[in-house]
Amino acid sequence: MELILDYRAQLVAGSLTTIELALASLVLSVVLGLLGAGAKLSASPAARTTAGAYTTIVRGVPDLVLIMLVFFGGQVSVNAIGALTGLWDYVEISQFVAGAATIGVIFGAYFTETFRGAILSIPRGQIEAGIACGMRRSLIFRHIIWPQMVRYALPGFTNNWLVQLKTTALVSVIGLQDLVYNAFSAGRSTGALFTFMAAAFVIYLALTAVSDLALRALDRRYSRGVARA
Amino acid sequence: MENLLSYIPLDLSLIAGNFDRFLYGVWTTLNLTFLALALGGVLAIPMALARAARHPVWNPVVWSYTYVFRGTPLLVQTYLIYYGAGQFKAVRNSWLWDPILSSAWWCALIAFTLNTAAYTTELLRGAIVDTPKGEVEAAIATGHSYAARMRRIVLPSAFRRAIPAYSNEVIFMLHGSVVASTITLQDILGVGRWLNGRYYLAYEGFVTAALLYFVIVFAITRVFRALERRYLRHLAPRETGMRPAPKTVAKSMEHS
Repeated sequence: MELILDYRAQLVAGSLTTIELALASLVLSVVLGLLGAGAKLSASPAARTTAGAYTTIVRGVPDLVLIMLVFFGGQVSVNAIGALTGLWDYVEISQFVAGAATIGVIFGAYFTETFRGAILSIPRGQIEAGIACGMRRSLIFRHIIWPQMVRYALPGFTNNWLVQLKTTALVSVIGLQDLVYNAFSAGRSTGALFTFMAAAFVIYLALTAVSDLALRALDRRYSRGVARA
Repeated sequence: MENLLSYIPLDLSLIAGNFDRFLYGVWTTLNLTFLALALGGVLAIPMALARAARHPVWNPVVWSYTYVFRGTPLLVQTYLIYYGAGQFKAVRNSWLWDPILSSAWWCALIAFTLNTAAYTTELLRGAIVDTPKGEVEAAIATGHSYAARMRRIVLPSAFRRAIPAYSNEVIFMLHGSVVASTITLQDILGVGRWLNGRYYLAYEGFVTAALLYFVIVFAITRVFRALERRYLRHLAPRETGMRPAPKTVAKSMEHS
């Protein structure tokens, strides 16, 4: 216990990196999820095929494989393109950027399915009513689709976010100094790996438990006025 | 364009030359994944029954276990066992150390088993609780004991109802098994990392690994689709000779 207190600065810094990484990738995946859901439900066959390929490929390959591919391969590609076009000099992709981008793209595929399901749960007549009243598409989205979509999507959103938060642990493997990395190096240098990995374990549990409770409260808020069996 | 391609070479001959290693990696991945799934599945059945029956002692115990293992990353669980066990002298001197806890393979298997058992318990509990009440009442009325009721009525239909969610769990376990490569094991990703490290490559090993995982996921999806067609036939839309009904809402991720 004293050991953990000695290294608390490292553990706190690692936890903050983990939270930042998770939130950064969450923003990206929500944007991609909305775009993906829109594409999957659109009338254009090209958009539907592209979105279908995106979700199939991303969900077929493990997270860590894609993270490594982007971190090691992406570095080479970006610089090859830069050298070829002369648009930019040598760029270094940081672990944080590679991790946030990859995890964001991966979970964008899961959010695509969540949002698609939520939009499909909205009775079609309501959207038709909006069209009949002469509402523009943006107005229909803001006033009819969005408020209800949030409610239908929240359980899936909660689920995805919890998995996403835990997935960020993998970015420690490419050297990002997140919670796992810092706990591991503290454990290495003190010879107390169990103690520090247990500390990381407890911190992750606390993060998922707090998210779960918060999102459940949000769910109750958005479901006011809905009879629950 | 040709210029661009020369910057991104995929040395296919290197991949072909080391393909036997990749096949061995496939074997390691499948072996670990399916052994963990089998052992975890066996552990999950009694735990799910205890949760569903709201056993006064075992229900809270099992719930705590599944909550903790579903709330933490598999990577941390694996590190805790593989790197953590060696901290204690008593463990290092015990009979468990030499054949088991000092071996990366056994530690990965233990971590994966405990992880999948937690998720499987919860999805099986859901399937058991969803058994139509009338079926249970009929079983009681015909004099079935609890054990006979579970064996003859509840579990067979619960297993069927759990198939779609379980197919997600199988794919997640396969995806999760890449953690093995972080504790020195030569699974598919482990071989990919080895190849890239050895020849100082950026793509070949990872791209090959990605393709192999993709093929395995595709095969698993196919198997489960066949299983669903066979065991959930009673739930399939009735064939009327008309065009099939439009697809309904896709199941989102069951894993949390």
